Amino acid sequence: MAWQRKILRVDLTAGTCTSEALNMDWAMAYLGQRGLATKYFVEEVAPSVEPLSPANKLIFATGPLTGTMASTGGRYSVITKGPLTGAIACSNSGGYWGAELKMAGWDMIILEGRAASPVYLHIENDTATLHDASALWGKTTWDVEPALRKIHQDSQLKISSIGRAGENGVLYAAVINDLHRAAGRSGVGAVMGSKNLKAIAVRGTKGVAGIKDPKAFMKATQAAKAVLAGNGVTGEGLPKFGTQVLMNVINEVGAMPTRNFRDVQFEGAKDISAEAMHAPRETDGKANLVTNQACFGCTIACGRISKLDQTHYTVVNKPEYWAASGGLEYEAAWALGSANGVNDLEALTYANFVCNEDGFDPISFGATVGAVMELYQMGVLTKEQLGIEAPFGSAKALTYFAECTAKGEGFGPEIGLGSKRLTAKYGHPDLSMTVKGQEFPAYDPRGIQGMGLAYATSNRGACHLRGYTVASEILGIPVKTDPLETDGKAGLVKAFQDATAVFDSAGICVFTSFAWTLVDVAPQLEAACEGDWSLDNLNVVGERIWNMERQFNNAAGFTNKDDNLPKRLLTEAAKTGPAKGLVAGLDKMLPEYYAERGWDTEGRPTATTLERLSL
Amino acid sequence: MMKSLHIEAAKCTGCLQCEMACSFENYGVFNPAKSRIKVFDFHETGLKVPYTCTQCAEAWCLKACPVDAITKDKSTGAMMVNEATCVGCKVCTIACPFGTINYVADTGKVQKCDLCEGSPACADACPTGAITYIDADSTGIDRMRTWAAKLENQTAGHAD
Ligand code: SF4
Ligand code: SF4
Repeated sequence: MAWQRKILRVDLTAGTCTSEALNMDWAMAYLGQRGLATKYFVEEVAPSVEPLSPANKLIFATGPLTGTMASTGGRYSVITKGPLTGAIACSNSGGYWGAELKMAGWDMIILEGRAASPVYLHIENDTATLHDASALWGKTTWDVEPALRKIHQDSQLKISSIGRAGENGVLYAAVINDLHRAAGRSGVGAVMGSKNLKAIAVRGTKGVAGIKDPKAFMKATQAAKAVLAGNGVTGEGLPKFGTQVLMNVINEVGAMPTRNFRDVQFEGAKDISAEAMHAPRETDGKANLVTNQACFGCTIACGRISKLDQTHYTVVNKPEYWAASGGLEYEAAWALGSANGVNDLEALTYANFVCNEDGFDPISFGATVGAVMELYQMGVLTKEQLGIEAPFGSAKALTYFAECTAKGEGFGPEIGLGSKRLTAKYGHPDLSMTVKGQEFPAYDPRGIQGMGLAYATSNRGACHLRGYTVASEILGIPVKTDPLETDGKAGLVKAFQDATAVFDSAGICVFTSFAWTLVDVAPQLEAACEGDWSLDNLNVVGERIWNMERQFNNAAGFTNKDDNLPKRLLTEAAKTGPAKGLVAGLDKMLPEYYAERGWDTEGRPTATTLERLSL
Repeated sequence: MMKSLHIEAAKCTGCLQCEMACSFENYGVFNPAKSRIKVFDFHETGLKVPYTCTQCAEAWCLKACPVDAITKDKSTGAMMVNEATCVGCKVCTIACPFGTINYVADTGKVQKCDLCEGSPACADACPTGAITYIDADSTGIDRMRTWAAKLENQTAGHAD
């Protein structure tokens, strides 16, 4: 079996680390990573738990394919109750850390309680120990990684940590591993900070053995890799352009949320696009993009590695930012750029570096800045309050806010609340472009109708990674549907949501789903793991995971009223582009979606549905 | 034809498929820690560099071994460690200027790349062509072709 069958339980209050056997009955029903860790979470934590209290738990979980030769098999997820949303949170990250944890012999780590003072966890294969981290507190993730390698005299340590944002309770603080890979959304880093846990440093040399049928596994993974290599998106578009391949496409279809969703097309999109990252700069003749990079095991390699222009105002005399680091993904380029009307590629790249360095989500941060800029334009927030003039389009304001949020200075702590709390505080809650308190990603539901339903019903708040109907509505994967239509979207959203839950539970990257369907995943799982991982059963497993998350949220107090979109998207029509004149047609899709899901009109799974899914 | 591993670092993405393929081929486990090829990530420049034994024509390790446990395989040209003879003295690891022969505590022997009997698993697994297994006498052929192509353009330009 591809599980290590072992869990590390860390009681931060008592300061103990204990090993326990993985519950294999649950593994058979929930696979791994997102599904399995959420099962542990809902069994052990009360839905009413205060996210930043010691009673909340934080789980780092790998999947059965993590640390294997399955393409993209290097993922891990962080599961907790999110402080931004109050809903179940599950954030997925690549890089090398997840595979290292698996190589050390663990499927997951469950962290509970709260340390009395800052600590970090050090894992060397079977041995796990807590250490004093007071000397690391207040440091950035970029400082913590080399510091821990030095302390342990181990250059091969892989580290997952929080920066100052996580310490300071930025509600969308991220967990960062390998310098620039992030479990980015929903504030999982703030929960880590609330537990006084600075970092988890891992060295694993045991490897992943015991694949059920190694020959069949090599065959299945090779066939699946050939599918990725032969696909236009995963074989060409993503390696060359990264997810930024989407910038011009989404802008053209009129689904590029701009200036806090006032507009659906951004005149500056070309300046911050993939093509712009490739083009030589006027100043130094070099391109922003240095190279692409893979996560562990990934044969796609969509990651961006960028270098800043040393003469740009953000980094003059700051050589610490001159080295190559994680460049702009589409979501970050959108949130830091279009959402604020900022078209300065170097400023966005710098803000992105800062988000990684101090560990916070560029999507929620950028979108919150969008709301701040709108409040500034309206005269509600002033230069005196903000510390800077902040009209839409101001790169200087964006980078200044990034620094303030990272350090917890000036207006930073307010931006760290996220747009829902911030706009409410200043009397304009309608200006928060969020669902369940989480900021939207980079697709306007007026121009891509299915995404409106996907956002409204996402279990972790507005999110593109829970049901990416953009694939179908814009890219025609696996079949083309009309982005401006609401008909048929309920079933489409459900299908994407359930399938994604399986990808997220297997240990692989959801970007494979540009080319793979569960038909490609099933043989890899079947060869690697004992249990029934046939296509039919995977569909059930995905749906089971989705409903389990939903039930947690319902028990936490969410209702059908929270499956909603901000007023702006429901009443202010798109002004330009193919969607001109359209609002998000959520009311047409939601009842149908509940019916498709087997939920009652209040959005609660019926007894029949629960029974069908063995919940 | 004698072949050798040819590495083009600029193509490497750092996916570590090669490291997993190596450990799987030799130990039946996915475990980069046991791989004989290592990919180094120079994050400050963005460069990823796969590195392994180049099978020296006059191998330091072979010459240093006091019990003659290292021999040259005639068909592949690989320096091979005979585990039955190796006493784990590690002198070869000191002698090798490149660090590509290493001690394995589990077995008490040393290990190094043996070219997988002429079909290296790393090259098979590499998705980018950063590692290839090609004619040992013309590993520079692709680079020559690239430059030759530039020359052709110039010549064509002059002919107009
Ligand atoms: S597709 Fe991109 S994010 Fe996913 S595993 Fe590969 S490099 Fe990482
Ligand atoms: S398999 Fe190829 S691309 Fe991947 S790390 Fe190894 S050499 Fe680099």
